[in-house]
Amino acid sequence: MGRERIEAAFARAKGESRAALVTYLMAGDPSLEESFKALCALRDNGADIIELGAPFTDPMADGPAIQRAGLRALANGTKLTDVLALAARFRKDDQTTPLILMGYANPIHSMGYEAFAKAAAEVGIDGTIIVDLPPEEDAGLREIYRPLGLSVIRLATPTTDEARAAKVADGASGFIYFVAVTGVTGAGSADPAAIAGKVAMVRRVSGLPVCVGFGVKNGAQAAEMAKIADGVVVGSAFVEKAQDAHETGKFETAAPAMGELAGELRRALAGVAKG
Amino acid sequence: MDLRNTWDQWPDANGRFGEFGGRYVAETLMPLILDLEREYRAAKQDPAFKAEMDDLWAHYVGRPSPLYFAERLTEHFGGAKIYFKRDELNHTGAHKINNCLGQVLLARRMGKKRIIAETGAGQHGVATATICARFGLDCVVFMGETDVERQKPNVFRMRLLGAQIVPVSSGTGTLKDAMNEALRDWVTNVEDTFYCIGTAAGPHPYPEMVRDFQSIIGKEARAQILEREGRLPDAVMACIGGGSNAIGLFHPFIEDEGVRLIGVEAAGHGIETGEHAAALNGGKPGILHGNRTYLLQTDDGQIIDAHSISAGLDYPGIGPEHAFLRDMGRAEYLSCTDQEALDAFQLCTRLEGIIPALEPSHAIARVGEVAKELGKDGLLILNMCGRGDKDVFSVAKALGVDV
Ligand SMILES: Cc1ncc(COP(=O)(O)O)c(C=O)c1O
Repeated sequence: MGRERIEAAFARAKGESRAALVTYLMAGDPSLEESFKALCALRDNGADIIELGAPFTDPMADGPAIQRAGLRALANGTKLTDVLALAARFRKDDQTTPLILMGYANPIHSMGYEAFAKAAAEVGIDGTIIVDLPPEEDAGLREIYRPLGLSVIRLATPTTDEARAAKVADGASGFIYFVAVTGVTGAGSADPAAIAGKVAMVRRVSGLPVCVGFGVKNGAQAAEMAKIADGVVVGSAFVEKAQDAHETGKFETAAPAMGELAGELRRALAGVAKG
Repeated sequence: MDLRNTWDQWPDANGRFGEFGGRYVAETLMPLILDLEREYRAAKQDPAFKAEMDDLWAHYVGRPSPLYFAERLTEHFGGAKIYFKRDELNHTGAHKINNCLGQVLLARRMGKKRIIAETGAGQHGVATATICARFGLDCVVFMGETDVERQKPNVFRMRLLGAQIVPVSSGTGTLKDAMNEALRDWVTNVEDTFYCIGTAAGPHPYPEMVRDFQSIIGKEARAQILEREGRLPDAVMACIGGGSNAIGLFHPFIEDEGVRLIGVEAAGHGIETGEHAAALNGGKPGILHGNRTYLLQTDDGQIIDAHSISAGLDYPGIGPEHAFLRDMGRAEYLSCTDQEALDAFQLCTRLEGIIPALEPSHAIARVGEVAKELGKDGLLILNMCGRGDKDVFSVAKALGVDV
């Protein structure tokens, strides 16, 4: 499936004249069991695509919320193989919701690119976003992905000019993740007007749907972003629900709270008609 | 192709030393490091840039540093003649300023007004704060909470120099976390900020650039030993944190096949205990902080905290050129425990009247064996890359003395 599953998700959203909702959660936070329930709750409440975070000790592009989520997941003993097993469990009953594994290069490098890619395709992961593998460094992985149908999803940012956008687009598939602010995850929110031009440029150069993330926390912000993007990514706000559950010790509250937020976001996106 | 015939040509156009190095950074930083590479190439060609460096090296840093015959240490071991390359006599007390000067001059050329740096022992932070004070630039230094505590004198020095210190509590509060936080700051402040990395690691072009700036150590040492002894040394030795002082000493000797290049990593409590900082001797290849290199890591690819009595060596990685030199068999990498370094610290102080930093004490701890191996006709140079003033409190504590 891979890439086709991602394309189908965008086609569905487009068919409903709305932007796609892309949600992020950290696998293993507050526990692997709760992450499974959260995946289902996100899907049931309208997430079109789910990014499954794989924890890393040194997440250099993440702000405090996702840093701490990763450390909690690691403290729970979450390994990359557990993240893959979680995807497999979800995929058993869900053939439609794309799963994108998001993380850093070293755990994947440690498992071996080949072994990882095969396992990822087998469990029903559709693509990956590896934050510290820019186009200059992912050629090896891309070769391995191609016959497996996995998508390499790349990032574009406010520092991306047109020449760079072409480099980012070359070999990418699925969608482009536009990072709305220069900064780490969970930082301040972006002004859609300020990035609208860049987003349009990246869409034109790449020919791919462009999803905007970083700093989008609630329905109102999501609705604003939806006006300029094909999809809206929300991450830290979901991770904060897991954090609340961890802090109160009531792990079972994580999935319902995440589901509720997904519902709010999806309703907000439904209110912004896209041509 | 025999990679060994082209020692001097690394890194390649992609910033690789064989399989190591590269540019593993978030997309936000890619345009910045590509720009940095262009600017560095231009500066390297510009005689005015070199002239400004040379002038400040001579009159501000105090270069060339002497090459000193360590007579009593030589007698003590009864082997090869041991010379010290005295980079501890530099302004601010370590080799770090060689690199800071180069990078800050480059930052000025690029019109950047705000300099950020990570620091472990505080030596790179002090050197960066010093050059920023000299040029009236804003300076922000990221330092792990644990290190802020164990390197108090340097924290105060940096504040006196006008730098802002940001204690880093994320992760485990040591050098690797300080580097993460500096990268996060750089991702956030892309317009006006220059990241001055303190060792020969990080994404390309840093490993090359830092090596080039630190190579002044080896260039001087090579000329000095030829003048003093009329021949090249049999070995050159240096301690390894990220590897900047070592690569600075090694690089000008790299094509002299008869010169052994010997690095000494920090073995902490012993490599077998798992509590050490010896990435080459006790790690495996991986990706961190922008480059592929040897790293301390778990079977699942999570980074393991380093341990060393020396805050300057307390880093789970190593510069990619060392990973390359080691895999190609051009350089050798030994290790030394906390206790051996403490013993060497005292030995050198007593015999030579030079209080070494704990970092070069690691190299001193292995110098006796190498000197004996080379025999009386042998000749070796050890990089005295820092002085021990900053360490007297932690050494006193380790020796159970109240000061
Ligand atoms: C005196 C001294 N030597 C060595 C080091 C280690 O760094 P490198 O291996 O880059 O020379 C440090 C780092 O702080 C230092 O202060």
